[in-house]
Amino acid sequence: MPPPPETAPNALVLTGVTRRFRVSKRVVTALEGVSAQTAPGLVTGLIGPDGAGKTTLMRLIAGLLRLDDGTIWVFGTDVSTDPLKVQGMISYMPQRFGLYEDLTVQENLDLYADLQGVPVAARPTRYAELLHMTGMQPFTQRLAGRLSGGMKQKLGLACTLIRPPRLLLLDEPTVGVDPVSRRELWRIVDHLVRGAGMSVLLSTAYLDEAERCDEVLLLHEGQLIGAGKPGDFTQAMAGRSFLTRAEGTPKRVLQTALSSTPGVTDALIQGETVRLVLNAGVTPETIQPTGITGLTLTPAAPRFEDRFVDLLRAKTGTQALATPTPPAAASAPQEAVIEVDHLTKRFGVFAAVDDISFTVKRGEIFGLLGANGAGKSTTFRMLCGLLPATSGKLRVDGFDLRTAAAIARGRLGYMAQKFSLYGDLSVIQNLRFFAAAYGLRGARRVERINWALNEFKLGDYADATSRDLPLGFKQRMALACALMHEPDVLFLDEPTSGVDPLARREFWRRINALAELGVTVLVTTHFMDEAEYCDHLVIMAQGRILASGTSEELKSAARTAELPTPTMEDAFVALIAAASAQQSGQAA
Amino acid sequence: MNAKLMRLRGLVRKETLQILRDPSSIAIAFILPTLLLLLFGYGVSLDAHHVGLGLVIDKPSAAATSFTSEFRHSPYFTPHNFTSESAAERAMNNGDIDGFIWLQGDFARQLAAGQSPAIGLFVNGINANNARLIENYVTQSWADWVIHQAALAGVANPDPIDLEPRIWFNPAVRSRDYLVPGLIAVIMTLTGALLTALVIAREWERGTMEALMVTKVSMHEILISKIVPYFLLGMGGMVVSVLIATWLFGVPLLGSLIVLGLASSLFMLASLGMGLLISTVAKSQFVAGQIAIITTFLPAFILSGFIFDISSMPAPIQLLTHIVAARYFVAILQSLFLAGTVWPVILPNLFALLVMAVIFLGLARLAARKRLD
Repeated sequence: MPPPPETAPNALVLTGVTRRFRVSKRVVTALEGVSAQTAPGLVTGLIGPDGAGKTTLMRLIAGLLRLDDGTIWVFGTDVSTDPLKVQGMISYMPQRFGLYEDLTVQENLDLYADLQGVPVAARPTRYAELLHMTGMQPFTQRLAGRLSGGMKQKLGLACTLIRPPRLLLLDEPTVGVDPVSRRELWRIVDHLVRGAGMSVLLSTAYLDEAERCDEVLLLHEGQLIGAGKPGDFTQAMAGRSFLTRAEGTPKRVLQTALSSTPGVTDALIQGETVRLVLNAGVTPETIQPTGITGLTLTPAAPRFEDRFVDLLRAKTGTQALATPTPPAAASAPQEAVIEVDHLTKRFGVFAAVDDISFTVKRGEIFGLLGANGAGKSTTFRMLCGLLPATSGKLRVDGFDLRTAAAIARGRLGYMAQKFSLYGDLSVIQNLRFFAAAYGLRGARRVERINWALNEFKLGDYADATSRDLPLGFKQRMALACALMHEPDVLFLDEPTSGVDPLARREFWRRINALAELGVTVLVTTHFMDEAEYCDHLVIMAQGRILASGTSEELKSAARTAELPTPTMEDAFVALIAAASAQQSGQAA
Repeated sequence: MNAKLMRLRGLVRKETLQILRDPSSIAIAFILPTLLLLLFGYGVSLDAHHVGLGLVIDKPSAAATSFTSEFRHSPYFTPHNFTSESAAERAMNNGDIDGFIWLQGDFARQLAAGQSPAIGLFVNGINANNARLIENYVTQSWADWVIHQAALAGVANPDPIDLEPRIWFNPAVRSRDYLVPGLIAVIMTLTGALLTALVIAREWERGTMEALMVTKVSMHEILISKIVPYFLLGMGGMVVSVLIATWLFGVPLLGSLIVLGLASSLFMLASLGMGLLISTVAKSQFVAGQIAIITTFLPAFILSGFIFDISSMPAPIQLLTHIVAARYFVAILQSLFLAGTVWPVILPNLFALLVMAVIFLGLARLAARKRLD
């Protein structure tokens, strides 16, 4: 299909886009007066945490939802007046890729070729091109449901690209897939899309992906809080980011002190250092955290996230976070609280967890890092005594999970992915329920519930229905419930996926405080950034531990001449590459 | 090939492949009908067989033996002898028998004296079906026996007891013969409405509907692509059901096959329309299943006249049955199977089915929007 003549200078023009939803009896504003435009031929990132309105905006552009207010033009066509014409110009990959899992790869491609009106004669070439690009030639006869997450994502992309659209809409294409697949997706976007002069709108909650886009629209709670080139975002932060250390002061104590120092926008643990972002116009010399001596500041390259935090602080008017918890006393003794020894879990012939061993010491924050399907959740379930191990030893706080699972469970708090709360109950009812479930009664129960309401600032929301709370509050409440019985060990399963950076910081501040008090924290995550907050981590893939160590150690192992300062993701990708090279070496 | 046809072909092919690969569609279309037919054909029967009947004879006599032998040789009863009325009552309370006949001491004497003796008939009313059966059967047997005795004695037109002559029991009519055709309507409702509502809800759940809608495909193309394969699947289920009914259960099929095909097609379209309509509201398989069962399957079961006679329902409920498409189909099926092509019965019902099909498909088309809100 020859490209039609350009009728409008912009690929996408949004003016005052507003959309509200009725949720039970309340009206929720998903998007509020969003105005923006994107130039054709560019990859535009639509960036924001969960609940920012990304998917709503995508659906509005695709003509799947009605606008309450405002206008959307796609290449000069108003979506509200002619959705079918717009749908003829765009391709859209929804969050779960829109694949038919009971059809094969080839049948999915055929279906979308039929739907997009690709002439039969033109198909073999296009198929070959797409299959080559995605590396899926060997799998054309495989059912889409049997593909890995990364492959599904690539097939989804291939299906949307079967007829090159003028505007490609990708809704969170990289969520939940491993970093290697993420990189491949970006490679495909770069080649197929940029090569063909397509315009792309790609939404993501991963802030580090902003830097791969040509332009960025930053959404937060339905409002556009920033737009421009990613370089402009980081440029605004130039000279404000530093890595700090203080001799003799533990990193968490330093972070706590810096957070409450005037002039600080953000203080975040990054490996063995604290990443510091200063308010605009503040010079590093003026930073004097109380009680800290020997502070050294090394300038660091600003990141997109720094700007996001800066913008959010400006919007919400909050300063860096005050810290309610006192810095803890001397480090806890180095006793092992969690011991995992040659642990294996098989489901039939498939080893979900394959001979892993690690120990976690008291007061340590220990991370299990890996993509979906790496075996993190299975390991977690075994540690919680929810799933029996096939073989190997597991001890939590001195109790063997095989023989004393119930006692061990009483010592641990568990915060599940997606925050397993009762959405229909109010905050206070949830707290009461969990207190009762943990066997608290009488005065102690009242005391703990009051503690939860105060400590987590949930008092104002005590009677609110949990379902209606913002994500950050749900997360707080889930943590409060997990801590109700003052456990020695805290398990966090993907605790901060999708929450905004401020909520994430607040969450980690609490976790740090707990660790300082001697609580042992085990956390799973597929967010590479989050790994930086851990004292020690293991990287898992396909049920095995590929590497373990501090984030510094893992990153320095990936250091090469071309890559002098590798990120956690670089380290992860290098490890996966090494592991698959070894595998194919063994096979040969 | 033009774009529209190409899209339609792609969708229909996709739907067909999904049906072939998904064991649950096949199960709903073929296994469930077979199971239901076997269950109703063999298990559920409104006919009585071997109903426990107590016989209490205070004073044995030739007349008493002669009368009770009727029951001993009947396939419908399993007689139990009791020596006293109280023993029989106990047995009935225990559920061992459903009723008993009490021939009192002066039975033979009264009979001999030309009087009409009082026969005690006690029936457990909890099982209303059996109770009515026993009552009717005993009354009939008594009448037959009296006439027979009179004939033996050479007396014409005896009038020994009050008799209410009516056609109330016909041992030749097996309930299976009218249950099975009715059941076919229920099965067709299942394949039509439940299956369609479920598969569309599945598309919503898996996010594929969202992807479909952003292509140039139009809403009626999506609807047609759902109707065509499931129409064929439903008709396949229909054929299987008819074969089971006629071959396995020996239900007669006296009417025209063409009329049967026509009526089934119309009913199938109405069911599909219902399923499509449900799918515009229900976006999860669970909700779709619930709504389909409550709005189509249960009414087809209860309000179609398949088991429960419509004319004996209260007036408001009778009125309600008019919007149940299965009602018309059940009437046609029972006529076609058991009575033949009785046009006065078939024509109005056929017309009603046509109206239903048009209404439901039309509503489904109106309700289906190419939007998520």
